[in-house]
Amino acid sequence: MDVSLTDWLRETANWVFLIIALPTLFGAWKTVSTQNIVRAVLYLVVALAGTAALFLMLGAEFVGWTVVLVYIGAVIILFLIGTMITRAPLGTSTPLSQGTNVTRPAALLSAVLFGVIAWGILDAFDNQMIEPFDPTSTGALADVIFTRLIIPFEVVSIVLLAALIGGIALARRDDEEAQR
Amino acid sequence: MTIAQFLLLGAAMFSMGLYGVITRKNAVLILASVELMLASVNINLVAFDVYLRDTLHSGQVLSLFIIALAAAEVGIGIAIVLMIYRNRQSADPDELRLMRG
Repeated sequence: MDVSLTDWLRETANWVFLIIALPTLFGAWKTVSTQNIVRAVLYLVVALAGTAALFLMLGAEFVGWTVVLVYIGAVIILFLIGTMITRAPLGTSTPLSQGTNVTRPAALLSAVLFGVIAWGILDAFDNQMIEPFDPTSTGALADVIFTRLIIPFEVVSIVLLAALIGGIALARRDDEEAQR
Repeated sequence: MTIAQFLLLGAAMFSMGLYGVITRKNAVLILASVELMLASVNINLVAFDVYLRDTLHSGQVLSLFIIALAAAEVGIGIAIVLMIYRNRQSADPDELRLMRG
């Protein structure tokens, strides 16, 4: 980067960024690597809370709080219920990850993917500053969603309704199955 | 703040999510890794929204749609995992070989 590291660290906002980003990355890494299934889901909370904090930092308040409500509030509960109903090993008895013959190529592939994306980012957006400005008001977002993007919004509503019905239909026991 | 720091964070999270999808043996944890990838995409969208100072806030609206669809995806995904578990007593996708010829 052309911006020198000392210059970069002189800006207070970057320290805030680091304080948020490092736990986020740590949580993300532990989510995919820990051998305890409940801890993996709880580390996912850390990663998602970090993204929510980044959204707040960028001024995207509504998106940030939506992440807190929908992801941390609802999706994590679904994950915990899923892990508990499938009676997944709560200890470390059975491995949750593949053996090293899979994890090593996977780590290599992920590293190469990150390298390629990082090269592309630094090549295209090096030194491009992003200025923190006034938070986006929820009203401004609502104006766009309910005027220009009303049809995608309705489609998403129908998708959610279909997912609701489908989830209930899939997860409920049939009567004859329950009698067995 | 540079835009690159947000994009690099998103790229790192996406790569970790990919690693998790490939290596995890439990279907619930694979779904969790997919959530990680979707969250990293949201970081990118919001960062670009702020960077471009989009008056229509397309990035934020799109990330809201992604959040809604991710919630639907997890609901259906967990329901399917539960049904498979009920029928086969396993949440390991590698053990599902019913359709193998």
